[in-house]
Amino acid sequence: MQAGIIVFPGINRERDIAMALEGSLGRRPRMIWHRETDLAGVDLVVIPGGFSYGDYLRCGAMAAQSPVMRAVSAHAARGGYVLGVCNGFQILTEAQMLPGALLRNAGLRFLSMDCHLRVERADTVFSGQYQRGQVFRAPMAHGDGNYFADADTLDRLEGEGLVAFRYVDASGAVSGAANLNGSARNIAGVLSANLRVLGLMPHPENLVDPLMGGVDGKPLFDSLAAIGVA
Amino acid sequence: MDQLVDAALGRSFGLSGEEYDRVLAIMGRTPSLTELGIFSVMWSEHCSYKSSRVWLKTLPTSAPWVIHGPGENAGVVDIGEGLAAIFKMESHNHPSFIEPFQGAATGVGGILRDVFTMGARPIANLNALRFGDPSLAVTKRVVDGVVRGIGGYGNCVGVPTVGGETNFHRSYNGNPLVNAMTVGIAAQDRIFLSAAAGIGNPVVYVGSKTGRDGIHGATMASSEFAADSEEKRPTVQVGDPFIEKLLIEACLELMATDAIVAIQDMGAAGLTSSSVEMAGKGGVGIELDLDAVPQREAGMTAYEMMLSESQERMLIVIDPAREDMARAIFEKWELDFAVIGHITDTGRIVVKHRGVVEADIALDPLAEQAPLYERPYTEAAKPAALGDVDDPVGIGPALLRLIGCPDLASRRWIWDQYDGTVGGQTVKRPGQADAAVVKIPGSARALALTTDCTPRYCAADPEAGGAQAVVEAWRNITATGGVPLAVTDNLNFGNPEKPLIMGQIVAAIRGMGAACTALDFPVVSGNVSLYNETEGSGILPTPAIGGLGVIADAAQAVGIALAPGLDLVVVGATRGELGQSLWLREVLGREDGAPPALDFAVERRNGEFVRGLIIDGVVTACHDVSDGGLLVAVAEMVLAGDVGAALSLAPEGTAPKVGAHGFWFGEDQARYVLAVVDGAAVMQAAQGAGVPAVMLGRSGGDRLTLHDGTAISVAEMRTAHEHFFARWFA
Repeated sequence: MQAGIIVFPGINRERDIAMALEGSLGRRPRMIWHRETDLAGVDLVVIPGGFSYGDYLRCGAMAAQSPVMRAVSAHAARGGYVLGVCNGFQILTEAQMLPGALLRNAGLRFLSMDCHLRVERADTVFSGQYQRGQVFRAPMAHGDGNYFADADTLDRLEGEGLVAFRYVDASGAVSGAANLNGSARNIAGVLSANLRVLGLMPHPENLVDPLMGGVDGKPLFDSLAAIGVA
Repeated sequence: MDQLVDAALGRSFGLSGEEYDRVLAIMGRTPSLTELGIFSVMWSEHCSYKSSRVWLKTLPTSAPWVIHGPGENAGVVDIGEGLAAIFKMESHNHPSFIEPFQGAATGVGGILRDVFTMGARPIANLNALRFGDPSLAVTKRVVDGVVRGIGGYGNCVGVPTVGGETNFHRSYNGNPLVNAMTVGIAAQDRIFLSAAAGIGNPVVYVGSKTGRDGIHGATMASSEFAADSEEKRPTVQVGDPFIEKLLIEACLELMATDAIVAIQDMGAAGLTSSSVEMAGKGGVGIELDLDAVPQREAGMTAYEMMLSESQERMLIVIDPAREDMARAIFEKWELDFAVIGHITDTGRIVVKHRGVVEADIALDPLAEQAPLYERPYTEAAKPAALGDVDDPVGIGPALLRLIGCPDLASRRWIWDQYDGTVGGQTVKRPGQADAAVVKIPGSARALALTTDCTPRYCAADPEAGGAQAVVEAWRNITATGGVPLAVTDNLNFGNPEKPLIMGQIVAAIRGMGAACTALDFPVVSGNVSLYNETEGSGILPTPAIGGLGVIADAAQAVGIALAPGLDLVVVGATRGELGQSLWLREVLGREDGAPPALDFAVERRNGEFVRGLIIDGVVTACHDVSDGGLLVAVAEMVLAGDVGAALSLAPEGTAPKVGAHGFWFGEDQARYVLAVVDGAAVMQAAQGAGVPAVMLGRSGGDRLTLHDGTAISVAEMRTAHEHFFARWFA
């Protein structure tokens, strides 16, 4: 599994996710500058967190128009794997590779704390090393993580099993108190119809080392290591 | 601009009549407007340290591990493995009152540049904040804006904000303090300095374009506020963290090559201070052609360009053979790159604009004849010791009041708005340990980082307060297992032209120096912010200390969170000193008495004993005893671990005999609470080391209980602790 990390100007968690990927995949990911358009040899495209182009327009809106995103879209259309975290999730929705949008947090403040996520399905390439219903901790750090989609879209996502993770309390219960950014139906992560594109707001890559407070995020990267290359 | 240049204009630029006469003598003629502008900012308090320099020189600044002390953009210390930690703290106080969001944001941006300009990748930000009375609407506005500003900038550039401190006091009503600290890591053989060299070498401007923002910001930072301070809003700069992020990456990419001869950020006084200081340090001259400066607005004059404090700009003296390669790096990052001048052998700064020489000043007299004042000072008498005081409320109610008061309430609301995990190296986040612990990428080592000052101690006794700030930073690093290496200081005071204020400065520096010397904890960088007064009323003297220590193995670092089933041991003697304590202020409404006594030898002995236990792996949790005293320290450990504790020790049984309130809330120094598996063994070790220690009790359950039957549930404590900010910003 060769991972490639897209580096837009203003991205700031590219090194974090590179460490997490290398730790699980045993191979250093390729850093792909945003002006490149050749993704040949890359099995998994990762769009990391940060503030692409400063996020001075809608978060992710500028990056979504970048030439490399046409290549990412083509990669996904070929059945390639794509993971977007935080700003990466925002970019994937702006590029319409995932449904919905990420709005300003309900409390209108940046939120930086650990949240609990519930694994809604464990049969994807991103979650195979978790159990369905398992609750794990992940740091979040965003100002615009309030997932929004219209009711029909949300119903479709739920019906087709495309909700990857939900914000829950430590016991796994979906609650308003656990849904700090106000996301529709506590949705923290969404999958594409072919289950090969995942966007999520929290940062499992920042919890892959006991020294940093735990390894709750590591199974996500181990899951990617466990699959064969498509 | 045909403005008449005279002493009156000099005064409006902040130059005294005598200083203006000195300008005339150096120039031998009436200076141009641009020249007067250059003199006025270079000779401002902010840039010249003219009131504090004679005293700053008395601080200890060297140790075998100090690579660069004060005088560079930031301090540099050896942290082993060929690596260096580069760090500094700097104030952005005045702008943060006028425009809290941008004032705080650009404070973060400025201190980041001071660190990465030396070749370091920034790995941590901290901040020391002081705000006014929380019951005032203006305080709420300032707190909200400052916190959003720090977060808005730090979160975007991707440097984790991992620690700091926040105090409230009415003396900061019109003068909040925003002191920002950045820590970076560089290879010891890849450190970049600012002394220009190489006659004919190009001078390159990179980063953002120059606009009219922040003109005379350094001068504003060197005067008191009056009622018209709102009108000074145009002197506040506007930050762009996205550009800063690009600038960090582009500079670090360029620094991996051998293209850079010298580099400095354009901070206070912008192009003026960077060009003057770089040429001055190198003993060369510099010629600038302002037509080549990237400009955001049309029609800017030489005066405006030289004094602009537009953010996110750097000045680089470059190897001409590497110019094309350097240009390509900045073009890749879509940043301006312009050759705006060259190094000369004239010893002068010459500024040309549209074919006209707008400034031509000899650099040596500009620096050497800069004003240096030995201002008259008066030291206030030492405060009388606090006599006996009765406890009118009882221990339990006082504890709940203390852990809920603005100075001790949970700061969760603040740090929840700062990205503390970006970088993936944060071992101890805010609230988890006495100092933030950040691992060094690619190494087992970690840095322990803290900011400390107890302004009420400094107000009562500036010498003791200055010393205590240093000692507490040392202790906080020690309590994580770190070896304290060096400090950066940020000296915030009122108007130095008042002898009593000047006396505070002199005494605080004396106290700091004594503590730094005694603890081998030298000052390697710093910043002075004076004139923190509004309409004649000054702040509490606030010499904030940023401390840095190293932990050889990050896995050895300990935090404050209790686990169940551990023995609790207090290291250090308890005499029950309530003078200037938070208990005295919050329970009795009094701010008097002498601050707790300091004994550097005892600090060192107790601290080294505790650090040894931590490195030996004996300690599960450790917390130093500071604001609020022993019971507050235990309560903070209980809250961090969500585990109760039974404190069986009876104050009556301790010697010397103190009242229960003195025992539990006295702020005696040199103390730590340890949570350990085998308390008896620790007691025995303490006895062997000649360190006073007592068994306090045991952790467990969901309540904090005292020997007299007092019991408070952890839930009740948490409500009290979390209430203040939650309600304020509900």
